[in-house]
Amino acid sequence: MTAFITHFSFEFRTGIRNKTLLMMNYLLPLGFFLFMGFIMAGINPDFLKTLTPAMAVFAVLAATLLGIPDPLVNARESGIFRSYKINGIPTLSVLVIPALTTMVHLLIVALIITFSAGLLFDAPSPVNWLNYFLIFVVLAFASAGFSVLVGVISANSRITVLWSQALFLPSILLSGMMFPYSMLPDAAGKIAQLLPATHAMNAFNGLAMGAVADFSPWGSVIVLLLSGLLAFGLSVYLFSWDNRNTDRRGHPLLALLVLLPNVVGVALFSIF
Amino acid sequence: MNNTMIQVQDFSKAYGDFVAVDGISFDVKQGEIFGLLGPNGAGKTSTLESLEGLRAPSGGLLRVAGIDPAKEPRKLRNVIGVQLQSAGLPESITPDEAMKFFCAYHEVAPRFDLLDRLGLKEKRHAQFYELSTGQQRRLALTLAVAHNPQVLFLDEPTAGLDVATRVELHELMRELQANGTTIILATHDMAEAEEMSDRVAILLNHKLATIGTPMEITATGAGLTKVSVRTMNDSLNGSELTFPAVSQRLSKEEYDIFFSTNIGPTIAAIIAHCEANGDTLIDLRVERPSLEDRFLEITTNGGAQ
Repeated sequence: MTAFITHFSFEFRTGIRNKTLLMMNYLLPLGFFLFMGFIMAGINPDFLKTLTPAMAVFAVLAATLLGIPDPLVNARESGIFRSYKINGIPTLSVLVIPALTTMVHLLIVALIITFSAGLLFDAPSPVNWLNYFLIFVVLAFASAGFSVLVGVISANSRITVLWSQALFLPSILLSGMMFPYSMLPDAAGKIAQLLPATHAMNAFNGLAMGAVADFSPWGSVIVLLLSGLLAFGLSVYLFSWDNRNTDRRGHPLLALLVLLPNVVGVALFSIF
Repeated sequence: MNNTMIQVQDFSKAYGDFVAVDGISFDVKQGEIFGLLGPNGAGKTSTLESLEGLRAPSGGLLRVAGIDPAKEPRKLRNVIGVQLQSAGLPESITPDEAMKFFCAYHEVAPRFDLLDRLGLKEKRHAQFYELSTGQQRRLALTLAVAHNPQVLFLDEPTAGLDVATRVELHELMRELQANGTTIILATHDMAEAEEMSDRVAILLNHKLATIGTPMEITATGAGLTKVSVRTMNDSLNGSELTFPAVSQRLSKEEYDIFFSTNIGPTIAAIIAHCEANGDTLIDLRVERPSLEDRFLEITTNGGAQ
């Protein structure tokens, strides 16, 4: 337990001390929140209805997809994980503790966004706070899992950027953060359902903000939870301590299994 | 002091078709400082990494304090300490945090006194990237010994260190040795290996080329003793001059250097030559072959003994 607390405490401080992580955890989400609140709400007043959950989702995506994978790849490349292995630091701690500390940073940012959105921009607050909190935690868990998995399977920083952007940009455009999901063409809607952010926005709308969900909101929560569990499980399975280790337990393409709950969701949500 | 702490028997390691280590065997006793030498690509790293539990051997037997490193990594972690060439620490960690962090996983109290002793007192709260190369190396060593391991692996421990720190580090190694710690020293610094090691093994072309005390290894070479002479009038500088028992000669800066198989007649002849030519000796040095000379001899001759 002492080891866990010491490790957690160090990783948490790193999230503030490291300039890149400080940017991804705090400055980018809060800066984007202020920008969207002042500018976007002026252009499109309807945007205010989803400002709070949309900016919470953006904060999660920025801190996890842009903040988690690269340090994992760098740590593997620079021999940090080798040193960890020699000193008996377990795989689970190496992968889960950075994700947990990121989730704590995210909670702080989400609280700032949620409480200041109403004060600054007169944006509506959640009508069901418990569900709002629950969905936020499940989204942060799923997105952190996806991000850890990207860090585990990426051979180098360049590939990390490609994977992260492949998830980050469609999430911003298609998830319902910038404009309503219902406006998407059917095919784009199906693709959007492969993204955790879409399920999070759908669940926020249906279960926390008093709006109408586009498909089963509890189904979205289940998809997020299952894909998060699968992502962490696959990360532990595919984890390699160093770049020179040629003995891998599975091919990196196995990581695509993480989309299984989302794919099943696409099929089920079109029926029910 | 006679307990075998490390056993390597017919150990081999292959990566696909490439054989990195080919059937080497040696033992290391408790409290021994054992130098592992060899040119790049000889198989040192594969041997060390297999002993550290980072790689599984392809064949043979490895034991560290009776533990099979590949099968019992959890037991191994508190028995060994490893100072890697690259420190293997996050850029933003401070020496204090690193000490707490690693000691927590080894379930021992942090040894902040070691940080002070190795000259990191003023840098305990600086981030890792702010430390100099020497300070990073010292921190890595401090962390490697903080849990009082039975076996310590040091990979180029003094590279990039200033003289004072190097002396401090050597003192620490001797202190650890006196307390019964077994030390495996992988280094390219032959002077360090000769000074610090009780025994050394030289790996060459993936095999064990030779093993023994530094004295034994240097004694098994061609046995040429180096005689360096400097005179006032430079009367020895002539390629036609011959002296008894000299097999090679060269000039370097203001010295004439003779490699002799029997130094008595050689020196007597040199002195007689100087007197006969009215020259005066300024300096005369006699050096036995060093481990570095023997290492070069082995590596250039392909390991022939």
